[in-house]
Amino acid sequence: MKIKHVGYSVMLSALLSAVAVAEGKVVNVYNWAEYLDPQVVEEFQKETGIKVNYDVYDSNEMLEAKLMSGSSGYDVVVPTGFFLERQVKAGIYAEIDRQQLSNYGNLDQNIMNKIASHDPDNKHNVPYAWGTIGLGYNKQMIEERLGDLPVDSLDLIFKPEVAAKLADCGIAVLDSPSEIVGIALNYLGIAPNSEKKTDLKAASHLISGVRSNYKYFHSSKYLSDLANGDICVVLGYGSDVLMAQSRAQEAGQGVEIDYVIPKEGSLVWFDLLAIPADAPHPQAAHQFLNYILRGENHASISNYALTAVANKAAMPYLLEEVSTNPGIYPTAEVTQKLFPMNAHSAKYDRLLTRAWSNIKTGR
Amino acid sequence: MSIQTGAAWVDFASSRLARYKLFNGVNWGRFAVISVPTLWLGIFFFVPFLVVFKISLSESAIAIPPYTSLLDWDLEEAYINIKLNLGNYLYLFEDTFYLEAYLSSVKIAVISTFFTLLIGFPIAYLIARSKPSTRTLLLSLVILPFWTSFLLRVYAWMGLLKKNGIVNEFLLNIGIIEQPLTMLQTDFAVYIGIVYTYLPFMILPLYTALEKMDMTLLEAAEDLGARPSISFFLITVPMAVPGIIAGCLLVFIPAVGEFVIPALLGGSDTLMIGRVLWDEFFLNRDWPMASTVAIVMLVVLVLPIMLIRNSQGKEEGV
Repeated sequence: MKIKHVGYSVMLSALLSAVAVAEGKVVNVYNWAEYLDPQVVEEFQKETGIKVNYDVYDSNEMLEAKLMSGSSGYDVVVPTGFFLERQVKAGIYAEIDRQQLSNYGNLDQNIMNKIASHDPDNKHNVPYAWGTIGLGYNKQMIEERLGDLPVDSLDLIFKPEVAAKLADCGIAVLDSPSEIVGIALNYLGIAPNSEKKTDLKAASHLISGVRSNYKYFHSSKYLSDLANGDICVVLGYGSDVLMAQSRAQEAGQGVEIDYVIPKEGSLVWFDLLAIPADAPHPQAAHQFLNYILRGENHASISNYALTAVANKAAMPYLLEEVSTNPGIYPTAEVTQKLFPMNAHSAKYDRLLTRAWSNIKTGR
Repeated sequence: MSIQTGAAWVDFASSRLARYKLFNGVNWGRFAVISVPTLWLGIFFFVPFLVVFKISLSESAIAIPPYTSLLDWDLEEAYINIKLNLGNYLYLFEDTFYLEAYLSSVKIAVISTFFTLLIGFPIAYLIARSKPSTRTLLLSLVILPFWTSFLLRVYAWMGLLKKNGIVNEFLLNIGIIEQPLTMLQTDFAVYIGIVYTYLPFMILPLYTALEKMDMTLLEAAEDLGARPSISFFLITVPMAVPGIIAGCLLVFIPAVGEFVIPALLGGSDTLMIGRVLWDEFFLNRDWPMASTVAIVMLVVLVLPIMLIRNSQGKEEGV
């Protein structure tokens, strides 16, 4: 979901412009690249007569910069939980009118309760998809270097003696300070959302100690590198690793990729549908949201983007390889160890960014 | 209209213009010529600069837009409040991190500019000394890469330099190396990227300077017994100095603030001010601080260069 695939977006926009609708009803959707089956958009247009202007981005930061400048013109956007949490405070989003969402009851209350830690009572969001950060690895390369050492551990990334063995085949880590520092804190047995200076120092110390074994910090490059065998392990987004897995299979070069949620526990993220307060077409936006919440449509997102959806009505429509994949729908035992990342204070963000720059540049 | 009548018309026009000038004290032709670029600079450089400067004096806030306003007023109470926050500028000097980032950017830009000059000079020289017909072809070859997106060309370098990329495959196949070299995500790749991208900006001004050169000077030097290498360093290079300066500035200034090339080709440890700016803007969401970094970069790097250029211009009587 984090990588921009130009081909698809071009295809999609060509497709959509062909379905121009006479009534002039439109909805402007701004979503992650490669995150929605073009078919769903097309059928929505046919059914409702609302034209969808579909635009894509590849980072939360990009979305936030546009929204914070004001009058973005978008009706539906898909920020990640801890971004939405902060943006709600800035008064960016309108409240969701559940009266207009007849399919709202399809949503899975268990997961909704977790999301409420970002947005009390889920007033401003409708869950789109959720997933985890975990370890993506090249089976053969890891086996050659680690033998029968367990691969479901963050030791691969954070333990110097283990990481040193993998340095030659390439370790990649997300370039996302809050998420990686959160996971590092959790690995150290510290509350992952701690804003204490001493805790941040401990996490920086941990990562700095292994940093020389890393090939790079980047939030999207690893997808193709993993599929090509340019790196052998990544601490990255599950959906991207699974996409790398299927690309490696398609390429047929014998590269075998797997994804595992580390046993120490990891971060769970929620991408949430939201309607900006200044959205020009709020009614059409609600119609779009309601359409997504329909079981078969929500399931198609899960099948297409290889992420989980919190929709009970979608479950029967899931492909078997998606619903039974513990990397997408983790077992109850693993789910218990997942923690969400909360928004931080501006002061902590500044400290964090600085600590992260120091880690990256090896200072 | 024949050429003659054309010339006569120009004469007539210029004499009228001269009279105009006499009467009004304003040279309208000159004014028209200068006003267009001035207006352009004003709208597309000076106004945005003022906006950025304004933001740099505010404080970040959780709001739309994410910074405080400098002015607040109340017409009924009849007051205007101006609040300038200089804290961002002070912070910049308190924290050595920014200084290091500036210095590291300058270092990368200086080295890249040097290599661009080293490669660009022979190319420009060759083009300037070739036959006029070949010259046009060669010049269009220099400009040709601009027809493809800059981003795509940088991506192409990623394909060339990566571990199982074309360069490594080639070197492995001919047996020069045994293990693939790590080239991508290093400073080396950043230098390659910058030199490659900005080479045309070096070649074109150099070519212009070299092409204008009076060839009889070289003949005279030869007649007086100077060896080609001596006349090259004593005549050709000094005469190309304006081109060298223009080319170096065209490469150096954008290279200092470069973001895309270090982000795509550089390693995580490539520290450049462009990245620091990105972090301030997107990670810290601190638009005022980001603006401050940008303003200081402009003042520290570009202003001295502009002053030097200006004083040179005066010396040359331009």
